Amino acid sequence: MRDFDYVRPATISEALVAAAEPGSAYLAGGTNLLDLMKGGVTSPERIVDITRLPELNRIETLDDGGLRIGALVRNADLAHDPAFAKAYPAVAEALLSGASAQLRNAATAGGNLLQRTRCSYFYDTASACNRREPGSGCSALGGENRLHAILGWSDACIATHPSDFCVPLVALDAVVEIEGKQGRRHVTLEEFHRLPGDTPQRETVLEPGELIVAIRLPAEAASFAAHARYLKMRERTSYAFAVVSAAAALTVRDGKIRAARLALGGVAAKPWRARAAEAVLLGADADEAAFVRAADAALADASPPGDNAFKIELARRIVVRTLMSALAGTPALMPALPASPFSSLPGVRHDA
Amino acid sequence: MTVRSIRHGDASDGGADAVGGRLSRVDGPAKITGAAKYAVEQQLEGLAHAVLVESTIASGKVRAIASKAAEAAPGVLKVLTPDTIISLRTASDWFGTPPPDKPYCPLARDITFSGQHVAAVVAETFEQAVAAAALVKVSYDETPAIVDLSDGKAGDGIPVDAMTKEWGDAQAAFASAPVRICAAYNTPREYQAPMEPHGLIARWEGDHLTVWEPSQWLDGMARTYAEWFGVPFENVRLVSPYIGGGFGSKALALGHGAVAACAAKMLGRPVRLVMTRPQTFTGYGGRAATRQTVTIGADHDGMIQSIVHRGVNETSIDGMWVEPLGSVTSIMYATPNFSSKQNVVRVNSVVPGAMRAPGENPSAFGIESAIDELSYEVGIDPLEIRLRNYAEQDPEAKKAWSTRQLREAFAAGAERFGWARRTPEPRSMRDGNQLIGWGVAAGTYPVRRAYGEAIVRILADGSVEVESSSIDMGQGTYTILAQTAAETVGVSADDVVVKLGDSRFPRAGVTGGSRLAGVMTGAVHKAATAALDQLVGLAISDPRSPFHALQANTLVVANGRITAPRGDGPDVSISELLESVGRDRIEAVGDTMPANSSAEDRYKNYTTIAMALPHTEGDYSRHSWCAHFVEVRVDEDFGTVRVSRVVSALDSGRLYNPKLAESQWKGGIIMGIGQALLEEGIMDRRHGRIVNNNLADYLVPTNADIPDIEVISVGIPDLHSSVLGGKGVGELAIVGMAPAIANAVFHATGKRVRDLPITLEKLI
Repeated sequence: MRDFDYVRPATISEALVAAAEPGSAYLAGGTNLLDLMKGGVTSPERIVDITRLPELNRIETLDDGGLRIGALVRNADLAHDPAFAKAYPAVAEALLSGASAQLRNAATAGGNLLQRTRCSYFYDTASACNRREPGSGCSALGGENRLHAILGWSDACIATHPSDFCVPLVALDAVVEIEGKQGRRHVTLEEFHRLPGDTPQRETVLEPGELIVAIRLPAEAASFAAHARYLKMRERTSYAFAVVSAAAALTVRDGKIRAARLALGGVAAKPWRARAAEAVLLGADADEAAFVRAADAALADASPPGDNAFKIELARRIVVRTLMSALAGTPALMPALPASPFSSLPGVRHDA
Repeated sequence: MTVRSIRHGDASDGGADAVGGRLSRVDGPAKITGAAKYAVEQQLEGLAHAVLVESTIASGKVRAIASKAAEAAPGVLKVLTPDTIISLRTASDWFGTPPPDKPYCPLARDITFSGQHVAAVVAETFEQAVAAAALVKVSYDETPAIVDLSDGKAGDGIPVDAMTKEWGDAQAAFASAPVRICAAYNTPREYQAPMEPHGLIARWEGDHLTVWEPSQWLDGMARTYAEWFGVPFENVRLVSPYIGGGFGSKALALGHGAVAACAAKMLGRPVRLVMTRPQTFTGYGGRAATRQTVTIGADHDGMIQSIVHRGVNETSIDGMWVEPLGSVTSIMYATPNFSSKQNVVRVNSVVPGAMRAPGENPSAFGIESAIDELSYEVGIDPLEIRLRNYAEQDPEAKKAWSTRQLREAFAAGAERFGWARRTPEPRSMRDGNQLIGWGVAAGTYPVRRAYGEAIVRILADGSVEVESSSIDMGQGTYTILAQTAAETVGVSADDVVVKLGDSRFPRAGVTGGSRLAGVMTGAVHKAATAALDQLVGLAISDPRSPFHALQANTLVVANGRITAPRGDGPDVSISELLESVGRDRIEAVGDTMPANSSAEDRYKNYTTIAMALPHTEGDYSRHSWCAHFVEVRVDEDFGTVRVSRVVSALDSGRLYNPKLAESQWKGGIIMGIGQALLEEGIMDRRHGRIVNNNLADYLVPTNADIPDIEVISVGIPDLHSSVLGGKGVGELAIVGMAPAIANAVFHATGKRVRDLPITLEKLI
């Protein structure tokens, strides 16, 4: 690990000044950044430790009925907040399906948005990676890419965004609150992450030195609480990133879908909002046939960059199952194995 | 987890302290509180830190190593390259084969695999060494690599004649058999992935070397260091008080150890070198990838007429590793005709190594899958077909089994599992979206025997001390040796202190092949018996002893007190007796070597595996046995497999400590679940590099993947196998788990997966 400067600002404005220096990186939970530094994947010259900014550590209900999650709220604290879990059950389930208990205790809401891809070639400094070293090429193309993107990839990069948290958030129209030298701005989460194109190193719309201070959920997001699920296919039951995941939220009246939200994880360089599928669902009968049509619409543009064609069919099936689970209703209790298909059977008590 | 033991094997009813008792791990509190100091945690004055630089190509030559920038970096003491490192001598192998008379360099110029050590940086701090190592630039002349067994350049490999086993006329019998099955079974490269990575601290004092290093074999590793550096064996001391998992990977001194010891010698300072997690995937070998073809000819009643088996395992370009693939194939079932042959194929890999049940593990995946296929072919229950073909004696050695409680294992496991309720058709059991399958498979592991040595001291305070250079890597050596000494001398286990993991102690051979418990309980029993005899002898014959006037032939020692057999004399504590006879200790060395063994024999026994006794020596064939019953649930849409229930019945002979044996069995079962469903070293086929070289991407099971596991002991004491009647425990339970799961997956889905691991895309 290279030597670096360490600063610990006491206010947001101090943090912005400190991070204005080129080569700076904000440190929050550190669950990803420190690993990357130890592995020589990133070598910031200055670490700006924002963990002592108390105003970023709050969960607030807004006057308009929305919710504001401070960027430093820990994943575990958020998921286990009873009011939060009740209003946004799919988000809580996604959080609890991620990483391990120890990591969830450390990882922050803002940091979750900024976690880097798990592409092995990004981590292997002996390999080419346009994301790590722009212009060096993409070793994943033509390499080991069984778990890579099926949507929105480019010849420059086929990596996926690994977050679970972001998947239901993007479905629920979350907004990212960003503080910079020019003041505060708001960007929808859907627009926050960028697809790779020719510049995969630019992963988000954040400008250098900008800081995520909060994530907002609009009032409407809580209206799906009765029919909201997150489902995550992974190779082992816990402590694994998604092969493919999906978040679904429905409003159903008289057997018809009155509102539908759908997003996919593990399929692209960003949490993937499936708007075409939502359009198929809106006004449709709430049944498996509609969900199959929605799944086809969600994956219509999917294509495999390598050995991962199975993920397209898998994603279709996960979309259908997640919608079925959402239709069946949010379980009264958090499943013992959050987001696992092995605890989402209709009629099975989820605390069993 | 549920534990249920039917204890056939516990001869002793002496409570938790005695042999056979369920004493908890005596090293547990130290490990849980962090007081246990592992090898590389030693704090030494002047410690320097070494970091390895590894090849990024799989085949070729190092053209140049640019090290100036690293040498100029802060804190750097030395950059070692093939040109600057001191020259070593080639050491003998673990059989003790005299080595070729040529120098050995642990840093490579000729690259035969990606991740090979090519240089090392030594600095004042670990961070400085890491930073400087990143500045070392190595250039290569790259040549095409043979990536793995499926590489077109790999070829058919080299026949290993010693692996050929044949009787009857297997080909002809197969050709004329009314029922024939033939299938290929593959296992991938797998890794031991111990929690504690490999590493060491090396310190020279003159021509004496001390190495603190996690080790499954202190004396063997000390020999290798001594031979490398050309110093007497006695000059090398290995210290390894605790080991954070080995699974076969910590038995030999390896290249990184040579680098650290060289650096320490060159700098005149102690040097610490610990592998990074990615380096643990290339710094030594995991389980070799294997391929097997199993053909079985049988009659319509499922009686096997012939087995023809062909196996291949990968080895490295310049090393030789044979994973004996016919080892279970040749003994599990009675067959009048048999043929097994094996090749090894050279690929650009680190030389593969031992990993929990090398040989038996992949071998069982072949034969135990194949007989399951046969059972469906002839329409006979998978358990029934195994019983029909039960081998009443060793079909290969044509000798009686010492003990084989496999029939009992099948019966006990089936009963507890509820096997009789199984519906035979694949896809006939379901719960909502989940297909349910029940599978069975058997496992076995040979009883490997060797000789051991220990010292037992009875001290002035009445406590007992045991010393041996054997080790405890979590399996419970500290505990069972305390129980053995406690029972033999007649004290409480609390009053026994066991000291292990120092090559200055009386010697032990390798901790591998499930042999240590049998070897060392025998040695401690012998030493403790000798110490007890001395104690009783003194008590009877010393004029100062309170028992002297009694003129007894013998005395009873129990609970730390000495009494006459009929209770009609004095009752004194051991400590009082020693004080009365003016002794501050009694000590006895015991070993299980043949009486007239030479010093050379002893050295050979403890530092090589050449003296190990064949499991078929004499009149008997000695093995542990097990039967696994597994339930899986498979999500039909997603192809994800979850093991939802395991009942295993196991025959490890007499259990020295059932609690610890059950724990090892369950560990093997869990590792088998990982092997069946998760574990696979994934190669980049262009560069010959391991892609998933970390514990986030190389998947082993988590707690959430593990269901209730019931283990049932069906063993009986087997005195042909060890002094106290135990057979091997540690490796046994992993053998047969992967085929039991694959068989259950077939029963659930109707899909036969013959390539491990069983990942979801193989089922959707």
